[in-house]
Amino acid sequence: MLKKKAMLIDLTLCVGCNACQTACKEANHMPADEEKALSTTSYTALDEYDGVFVRRMCQHCDDPTCASVCPVGAFTKMPEGPVVYDVEKCIGCRYCMQACPFQVPRYEWSSTYPRIQKCIMCHERVSKGLPTACSEACPTGATKFGDRDDLLKEAYERLAAEPDKYVQKIYGEKEVGGTSILYISAVPFENLGFHTTLQTTPMPQLTWNALSKIPGVVTVGGTLLFGIWWITNRRQEVKEYEQKLHDTNHSHNGKN
Amino acid sequence: MKKLFSTFGFWKVTAVAIMLAGLYSTYVRFFQGLGASTNLSDTFPWGIWIGFDVLCGVGLAAGGFTLAAIVYIFNIKRFEPIIRPTILTAFLGYVLVIVGLMFDLGRPLQIWHAIIMWNPRSVMFEVAWCVMLYTTVLALEFSPVILEKFKMTRTIKMVKRISIPLIILGVLLSTLHQSSLGSLYLIVPEKMYPLWYSAYMPVFFYASAIAAGCAMVIFESFLSSRAFNRGLELNLLNEIARICVLMLGVYAVMKAVDLSDRKMLSLLTVSRFETYMYWFEVTVGVIIPFIMFTQHKIRKNTTGLFIGAVLVVAGFIMNRMNIAITGMEGWTSTTYIPSWTEFSITMMIVTMGFTAFYFIAKYFPVFVDDHEHEDVHKYSANVYSMHDDLRKVSSPV
Repeated sequence: MLKKKAMLIDLTLCVGCNACQTACKEANHMPADEEKALSTTSYTALDEYDGVFVRRMCQHCDDPTCASVCPVGAFTKMPEGPVVYDVEKCIGCRYCMQACPFQVPRYEWSSTYPRIQKCIMCHERVSKGLPTACSEACPTGATKFGDRDDLLKEAYERLAAEPDKYVQKIYGEKEVGGTSILYISAVPFENLGFHTTLQTTPMPQLTWNALSKIPGVVTVGGTLLFGIWWITNRRQEVKEYEQKLHDTNHSHNGKN
Repeated sequence: MKKLFSTFGFWKVTAVAIMLAGLYSTYVRFFQGLGASTNLSDTFPWGIWIGFDVLCGVGLAAGGFTLAAIVYIFNIKRFEPIIRPTILTAFLGYVLVIVGLMFDLGRPLQIWHAIIMWNPRSVMFEVAWCVMLYTTVLALEFSPVILEKFKMTRTIKMVKRISIPLIILGVLLSTLHQSSLGSLYLIVPEKMYPLWYSAYMPVFFYASAIAAGCAMVIFESFLSSRAFNRGLELNLLNEIARICVLMLGVYAVMKAVDLSDRKMLSLLTVSRFETYMYWFEVTVGVIIPFIMFTQHKIRKNTTGLFIGAVLVVAGFIMNRMNIAITGMEGWTSTTYIPSWTEFSITMMIVTMGFTAFYFIAKYFPVFVDDHEHEDVHKYSANVYSMHDDLRKVSSPV
């Protein structure tokens, strides 16, 4: 069976060399200049909080919000883990940007034929069994590529080996139902710009709660409306018939 | 300037000015992109074209299915004189929503993708299908007016034969669609300010749309009566106002219960921008018109009715804008103020709506002539003897 891939990012090991971004830009044929934030030309970027570097990128959720909200299904969660985007389908409604709990998708605002841009977890390389470009380039092992199950186990081992150093949490293990990017850190995640209040169930459940009621609304509503129409219509018919009867009786009586 | 106004009339000059500005902005939008024409950004991807053109355009068209249900499903035929203009308002509303979407979508020429590329898990997919189907239904519902003009009696008969299934389909589609615009925002629980975010947004959107749709019927009747120098069906509008006030009441109670269930009542007194906007919206759109419309004296007064309806519509617009903009600014810590090009395109779309209504009503039998239809005659003649009528009519719905 195909194992789901993931990346483990150990923030204590990151030295901020930016090799991940350089490798990413090369792999995705983007301009080589260094960028400090996610953009349409950088799928990953480093944030700095008092000497701690945090890699920002698409989290590749197990049940991706973007894939669920897209009206034309332009996003797909690949069995290997990456969430990929098909520009040929996209109509540009930007619901993915509005909905993404990590605010990752970027838009080509200056283009007249814009695309969404975000990390695709090197899905072509990954599907060939290769690691992602960024993890391969990382000189300190801060970004490690592997099977999600193995990486989770390793993360727990690291937390257990140095309980005083690490915050006892793996960010991405449970957030929005689990993601393919896992973080461990020595600094509380909320101080590093992470949203720590995200729900642990997948986000698409929220809209599904409403969408799943549609068949019920249609059948019950349709029957009800038809029933009401039938009754009111019948009432009208009876009324008209009685009126007619009444009128003919009257004219009949009048003649006599 | 004064001479210009007096020669062509104030509204015509204004409309032309708005259209010219809008056309320029249209050029900027399609030849330089969304970045050049809007103040949208990666942190704030949805602006007034979604908040106003789509959310409000659809909501304000809700009079169409409400009145269609009253007249054809509940068989309350005395409302027939105002059904045509109401269906027209709804139809134009939906067409303009599609026009608005063509501006907002990054790849508007791909809009048809939703027909063949399905994603039933997406609320936007549901919205897309409802817009397509309901616009078609509205076009069919309105078609007899056009066909009558060209005396195509056989085609009219064909349309009339499917009218009841059509009306039922229309009511169902509207129900789904009005509520699904609320469902769109269910996916952003952590981003939207909790005064507005609720699992019941679909229900709130539905209820408030019916109230606003009723208010639009009053608003539109009032304006047409002035534009076309015709009588006002005051007693019918009085009853519409009663449905409106009923829905406002239901809406207000649901909102209050929801706030208290979520233990968010304390937010109502926190000194924050969101709180002020919330109170502004509720006071203008719910509290004041509720008090006004419960007064029989105000409901039977033309000005009272009109002011009440304008307040409901204004409050409705504020609600949708608060959800789309105010409620989303805090979390993303962005301030979004629409660019002038965004404003001018929205104004152009609204102007197109008013102009289209005016010309269609002028050249097609939207307002049926008093002599041809007895009911109209009866009702417009009896405007001032309303008490007798009121005693006769059973309560609406």
